[in-house]
This record gives sequence, structure tokens and C-alpha cells, in this order.
Amino acid sequence: MTTKYSYFPGCSLKGIGRAYEESLLPVFRALGCELEELEDWNCCGATAYMAVDEVKACVLASRNLAMAEQLGHKELLAPCSACYLVLNKTKHYLEDSPAVRGVIQKALAEVNMTYSGQTPVKHPLDVMINNIGLDEIKKRVKRPLTGLKVAPYYGCQIVRPYATFDDQHDPVTMDRLLEAIGCEIVRFPLKTRCCGASLTGTLPEPGLLCAKIILAEALKRGADVIATVCPLCQFNLDGYHHNIEKKWGPHRIPTVYFTQLMGLAFGLGERELGLHRGFIPMKPLPAPAAAGA
Amino acid sequence: MDKPSKSNIRIGFYVCHCGSNIAAMVDCPAVAKYVETLPNVVLSRDYKYMCSDPGQELIQKDIAEFKLNRVVVASCSPLLHEHTFRGAVEAGGLNPFFFQMVNIREHDSWVHTDKAEATAKAKELARAAVLRVAQHKALEVKKVPIHPDALVVGGGIAGIHAAMTLANAGKKVFLVEREPSIGGHMAKFDKTFPTLDCAACILTPKMSAVGTHPNITLLSYSEVTKLDGYVGNYTVTVKRKPRYIIEDKCTGCQDCIVNCVYKEPKFRDEFNEGLGKRKPVYIPFPQATPQVVAIDPKTCLNFRNGELTNKCKKSCVTACGEKQAIDFNQQETFLDLKVGTIIITTGFQTFDAKRMPQYGYGKYPNVYTALEIERLVNTSGPTGGHVVMRDGKTEPKSIGIIHCVGSRDKKTNRWCSRVCCMYSMKLAHLLKEHTGAEVYSFYIDMRTPGKGYEEFYDKLLEEGVHFIRGRVGEVTDWAMSKEEMEEGKLIIRVEDTLAGYVRRIPFDMVVLATGMEAQSDAQDVRRLFNMSCGSEGFFLERHPKLAPVSTFTEGIFIAGACQGPRDIPDTVAQAGAAAAEALALIDKGHIEQEPNTAYIIEEECCGCKSCLPLCPYTAITFDTGKKKAVINEALCKGCGTCVAACPSGSIVQNLFDDDEIFSEIQGVLAHE
Repeated sequence: MTTKYSYFPGCSLKGIGRAYEESLLPVFRALGCELEELEDWNCCGATAYMAVDEVKACVLASRNLAMAEQLGHKELLAPCSACYLVLNKTKHYLEDSPAVRGVIQKALAEVNMTYSGQTPVKHPLDVMINNIGLDEIKKRVKRPLTGLKVAPYYGCQIVRPYATFDDQHDPVTMDRLLEAIGCEIVRFPLKTRCCGASLTGTLPEPGLLCAKIILAEALKRGADVIATVCPLCQFNLDGYHHNIEKKWGPHRIPTVYFTQLMGLAFGLGERELGLHRGFIPMKPLPAPAAAGA
Repeated sequence: MDKPSKSNIRIGFYVCHCGSNIAAMVDCPAVAKYVETLPNVVLSRDYKYMCSDPGQELIQKDIAEFKLNRVVVASCSPLLHEHTFRGAVEAGGLNPFFFQMVNIREHDSWVHTDKAEATAKAKELARAAVLRVAQHKALEVKKVPIHPDALVVGGGIAGIHAAMTLANAGKKVFLVEREPSIGGHMAKFDKTFPTLDCAACILTPKMSAVGTHPNITLLSYSEVTKLDGYVGNYTVTVKRKPRYIIEDKCTGCQDCIVNCVYKEPKFRDEFNEGLGKRKPVYIPFPQATPQVVAIDPKTCLNFRNGELTNKCKKSCVTACGEKQAIDFNQQETFLDLKVGTIIITTGFQTFDAKRMPQYGYGKYPNVYTALEIERLVNTSGPTGGHVVMRDGKTEPKSIGIIHCVGSRDKKTNRWCSRVCCMYSMKLAHLLKEHTGAEVYSFYIDMRTPGKGYEEFYDKLLEEGVHFIRGRVGEVTDWAMSKEEMEEGKLIIRVEDTLAGYVRRIPFDMVVLATGMEAQSDAQDVRRLFNMSCGSEGFFLERHPKLAPVSTFTEGIFIAGACQGPRDIPDTVAQAGAAAAEALALIDKGHIEQEPNTAYIIEEECCGCKSCLPLCPYTAITFDTGKKKAVINEALCKGCGTCVAACPSGSIVQNLFDDDEIFSEIQGVLAHE
């Protein structure tokens, strides 16, 4: 029986973070879930919008929320951390601030839409741990990633300021998930430290330093790969190795989406999962264990 | 107002200004003027403070002069002054129940913002009381004797002090403690602030005095499971948990411990916060009271999963020899005690540091809780007072102490735990003394309000402890640079709010000053003793200022940290106060019982038994001969449940009979 979720990809998953979508969809399919993409979605309202006019950003987000509600599935999946945060933030504002609610309702009415606040916005990690469950995930594993040392890196936005499904200071859901598919989790104290965010573009020096700190610590702790849940984190950690190397020497370690690792464990092909898109390629996995593992 | 007025009723009405508490929002003279027009009202006055001596004398004088036979006072809550005014009415020569109080402060002036509306409401409430009081009947206060014995629940310093005070006054006391020994948290402490006298040196003499006092029955390893009765006449059921040792036969020689088949201690030692090990047969600490060992069925070979299996060689039984104090077949037993008063001193628990994962407790071995450090610096602790880290050999050269862990934090506990600043400084001093390490204290505000406390802070500043103002962000083992000597250390990241920048400071050892919170089973204890808990989970006192050790249940008192975070001096003071309150009750010899009890009109009772299971105080029994329900007035609390439920309307409650209530309703609803 398939469970259906509304799916809001956001711009990253169609562009620079397409490997996330490429791995997310088959992994959910393998878990018996169907993601139905919102038909006419628009910008979630993150980054520049949020900084310039918070209420307008919320209006953008609420149009997506309204469409999800119309689609009628129980929950809306937002895999990108920035989308996840803005959509949730908008829901909070709608609940807590009559002033913002008024503006949003008026804007939606202009295009004959309404939003009652029913459809929750969920992160794929949340759905996998709390809706699907680790037992179900373990059952799908065809090729456990035994011996692969992973530094779990969550970034800031899925736990701050709203920690709905994990601890704000020491999130562990991805740790549990990757353990379930056989990975060895490296203890990583920088789980939620800044990746550099948009500073890598605007103020490269401090921005790249942020990324370098995370790469250096993952290497120091013996990780083979960094697993992430956020397109911007993945981009910052994977996309600037050339610049980082010029300044601080080589810090070569691949950064992949947790869904890509899950896909590998489920026996899907590397290309199928978008693994060829990373700048730093993953080393070939250890030979698969004997059948029945 | 069609109710015919009874010609012989003469009501005096008084409205109180309560300074400006009422007068600022209610037009008191207007209320008085209005009430004057109501039936049976002979006299109506407004007055600045009715509860003052002149106010009370005014009532007495008017009763004589105007031949009043009913009095109504509109002022504050009856909880505060009903007793006062009933006394004044009685002193004036009337039955004290020919009085009715109207609450126009808490119910009116304090909660409204429109003076005209508030005044109108005061008039309506006053009208209800005036109509009601005309229906009042004379009632008599009954006296019930008080059982002179007392129960103290919880054998920490509060319970010990309360029990000793009562016992020294010649009262018989039962002291119930759920652990194998009394002593509580204080027994675990090394030194006490600010005097630095050793906790054991001042506590253990009191503990052994409790153990040997002829008036104290010490029931250790026991829990109260049931409470029946009422003030002066409580029946308490105490569960005595099996310790597999016959207490009377054990001499505390500890030969059994030496001869246990486990040659080395192997199991988590609760008293040492898990830093040390104990055997399955153990005595919690050298000065434990009673000096009786206990066998832990979870770890003893003779038991498996708590079940007796007889798998062991029983070398302890052989060692015990003729004393024959070991009994593996011991079962839990229940004891019924009769007491008149109860003092609850069940203490606190420390905040679980794992709830703040950013401080790394349980993740980084050298992050400690303050209670662990108390054991570590203690000469009778697991390392003999030698401060070493968890590897068992390395002395820390730098130590960071983090204040307010689980205190003053919206995400965990909002309150200040009051003791942490002081005990953190004490530990800073002791750690520096033991190791010579550099010690840093990270605080939000230094809170040192107590005798000699600020002076202690001064002393620490002189000793060279570094105080950094700022709430610590995280403890991490992420070393940013080798130059800063961060490699292999625990790094505290903190905003130094006095210097104005974010710092990273490396340490060998980090100490978390965990706060105090209510015991995890406080709700069960609350239900058992019919008490209330505040929103933060501590037991609620009857009045925060004027009845700090009383509860809403008569005859049950609270003292110590079960009521809120407090240090040893305050705990002992409170325990003494609770004992004094209990003594006041016991020595009075009787209690006066509110006459607002229910009674049954026997000829109308049809014997349906509807009321029997409803009574929360089991005050109703059934007379099988007459086939009628009978209410025991001594047990009835006047809750009114049976009155409302009786299908034939044959239960009546004094002070709440139909005439009185319907008159009151008529008064409230009547519109001019």
C-alpha cells in the first residue's frame, strides 16, 4: 500500500541540488511512498525575500501551503532545509500573529485561495523515522554500507528555531537512520555548526572558513564521507574545494545527501542517485557482503 | 425582592476599603448607601480597614448598640479573614455563623478595570449576602481530640530536624525513609557553604541521635502507601520493603559484606553517584543510620531478576553465624500507624544533565555533575578525596564550572535553584585546594543572598578563581587550533558578556551545577497526602508568606526542598517551623471542626446508597438495621457531593441548606 505525500521541491532540488531529488524520489518509492509534486509551486520565500520583507515572504510560502492543502494529502514534504523552515515559520506566524494572518488571507483571496493551517510541513528525516520507522527501512536494505564512516551533518535550519522532531543541540535522527543502513557514525560535534551559508558568495573569507572547519573536523575524525540534509550545506561543503585548497591546503572529503547513502544501501545505482554530480567523488564502496547479509 | 422580610432579623453591613485595594475600583460609600435600602438592613457602613482592631470593635459596638443579630462584611477573600470576622461577631455576643462574607477584592476590585461596573458587581454580591445571612442558623463548633503521635515522611536533613524537634518535645514520632539509610542529599555533600564545615561532621551526630532516640521509631527502606482519616486522627499505611536482613538482629558488623562471594565490589554505588562500586550486600555509607546492611536482589546471586533462586554459596549467611540476621525469604510487610499530624520532607532531585546535550554530560567522560564532584572531593568518597578524572589517575589542571544547568532556562526549568551559585563556589574552592588547578566559574548572575555568602564570594575572588559572566553555549571536544592548546581538551564556548566577545576556553574537567527540581514522584505523593503542587511541581504551601509550612490539608505540613529549592540553613529553619506548627496542634489537644458538615434527614432517606461511593472522605456508612445512610460528622469535610447527588433530597449541609443558597441566588440575580 502506498502512502501519498504532497511534495514541495523548491528551486534547489531542481537546480544545484538536483542530486537530492534524484535520490529522494527512488528512495521513497522503495519505501512504498509516493511524492506528488505541487503542480504550480512558487518560490518558498527563503533567503533574499525573508531578509527584505518577512510578510511578503510568508505570502509566497502560504500560496504553496494552500496548494498542498487543496491537493488533500495528509502531509507536505519539504526536503530543502530553507523551504522547510520558511514554510513552518509561515505556519507559526499564521497561528500566532493575527496581523500577518490578515495580510496572508487577503493576498490568498486575491487569487481565490484559502489556507486553514491543516497540512503539516514535514522533513523527510521526520517522515522516515516517525512515519515509516527504522524497522521498515532495515527491511529494504540490500547492501548494508558496513564500514562506511559517516560524519552526520544537519546544518542549522531543520532544528532552529523550531526543533519539532529532533534535539536542537544534538540532533540524532540521521545518525539513527544511517546506522540502520549499516554506516558507522563518527562522533561529530559540529552537527549544526554554520556551513558558511550565503557568505561563501558574499563574504568569501569567513564563509569559506566555516566550510573548511567542518571539512577539517570530519577528516580529523576519520570520516569517509559527510552526510547532509540540506542543498546549501552540500553546495558549500562540496563546491569550494578549489578555493579552500588554495588558502588552507587540501580538505578532500565527499559531501552527499543522506538519501544518496540510503539509495546505495537499497541497491540503487550510483548514477541513478546522482552521485556522479558531486565534485569530490565517493570512493567505491567495499565489496557487497555475501548474499543474505 | 418579593421575599417577605422576617421582622426579627436585624442586619449590620460593612464594606471595607482595604486601603485603596478595594476603594480604588469600587465606590464603597455608594455600596453602603445602596445596601441600606435592602430588607432587614438596620445599619450600613463603609470603613477603611475592617480587619483592624477598631474595625472589629466597630462590629461589636454596633451589635450591642443597634441590637444587630446578623452581620455581613464585604472585603477580601474568606480564606484570609472569615475567621477574624466570625471572631468579632462572637465577641459581640452572637453565634459566629450569623455572619456572611462577601469577597469584593479578589473577585471584584483586583480583577476589573471599570469602576462603575465593579461597583455594580459589589452591590449585587452584597445583596446576595444580605438575603442569605437572613436565613443563617446558629451552628456549633465541635471539638475533636488529636492523636499526639506524629509522622515525618522523608529522612533528609529536614525530616531529621523535624523529627528530633518533635521527639525532644516529648512526642512520639515515626520517621519514614525510602532508602536504606537516612541522611538524604546532605549526607553526600563534602563541605557546606559558606563556613566550609564538613557536612558529615554536623549531620551524622543528628542521624545517630535519631537512630537512638527513645521517642523516634525509624522506619527506613519504607514508603507510605495509604492515608486515611483527618486532622488529628490519621491512619497511615507504611510499606516496609524487604532488605533481606532482620533489622533487630543485624549489629552492623559487616562481616557479610567482607565474605560475599563477590570478592571485589562490582555494582553501581548509588551513594557515590556511580563513581564507586558496591557489593550486592552493602551498607550505603559508613555512618548510615540505621547501621544495618541491605541485600540488593537485583545483583545478589541468590536472586535472579529479583526472584529467589538459591544459586549462591551463601557465604554471607555463614559469616553472620549465630546472629542469623539474614533472611532471604523476607517479604514486604505493611504497618498501620495512628498519628495526629504529618510533616512531609521528601526533598528534591537534581536536574538530569543529559537533558542539555550541548553540555556533553554522558558523552564526554570528564564532564561531571556537581553531586559527583561532592563525592570526588570527599575523603570517604570513591577515590578517598583524591580528585582524578574518569581514567582514575589524571588530576585535572584546569576546571570549568557551569552555573544554572537546568535553572533559569525557559527550555528546562525557569526557576533559580538558589543553591547553585554558592555550592559552585564551594566546589571551586575545594577543587582548587585539592588539585591546584585553574578554576573558572561561568555564571549568569552571582546570587549570594545569605549570611556570610557575599563574603564567601569575596574570598573566592581573592583566591584567584576566574569568574566569567555568560551563559555557556556548549561544551565540545572540537579543537579549533593547536596553538590554543585545545587538542584533547573540553572546550567551553561562551559569550563573555563583560569583555564583550565570544571565547573558547579549554579545560580538563567540566562541572555542571545542576539545579533542583521536584522529585519525579511528587505528583503521587501529592495525591497520597491530598496536597497541591505548584506549576513547577513543588508542593504548594497554604500561603507563600504567612503559612509557608502549612498545606491545604489540615494537620499536614511541608518543609525543606520538597516545597521549593532551598539550602541547608533555610531547610532546617523550615523543618523547625513545621515541627512547631505540628506541636501547636498536638498540644492544643483538640481541633475545632467547621460545622458546615452534611447530615441526613432520617425519615426521608430511602436507603438507595447512591451517596455511599461518592464520598471522597468515606464519611458515609449504611445502617443495615434501619436501612438508612449515616454521615460521620467527624469525617465529613463539607464538600457537598452527597447533597447534590441524593435523589430524595434528604441530605442537608449546614451553612449550605436550600433556603440559604436560594436566597443567595435570588440576591445575585435580582435586577433593580
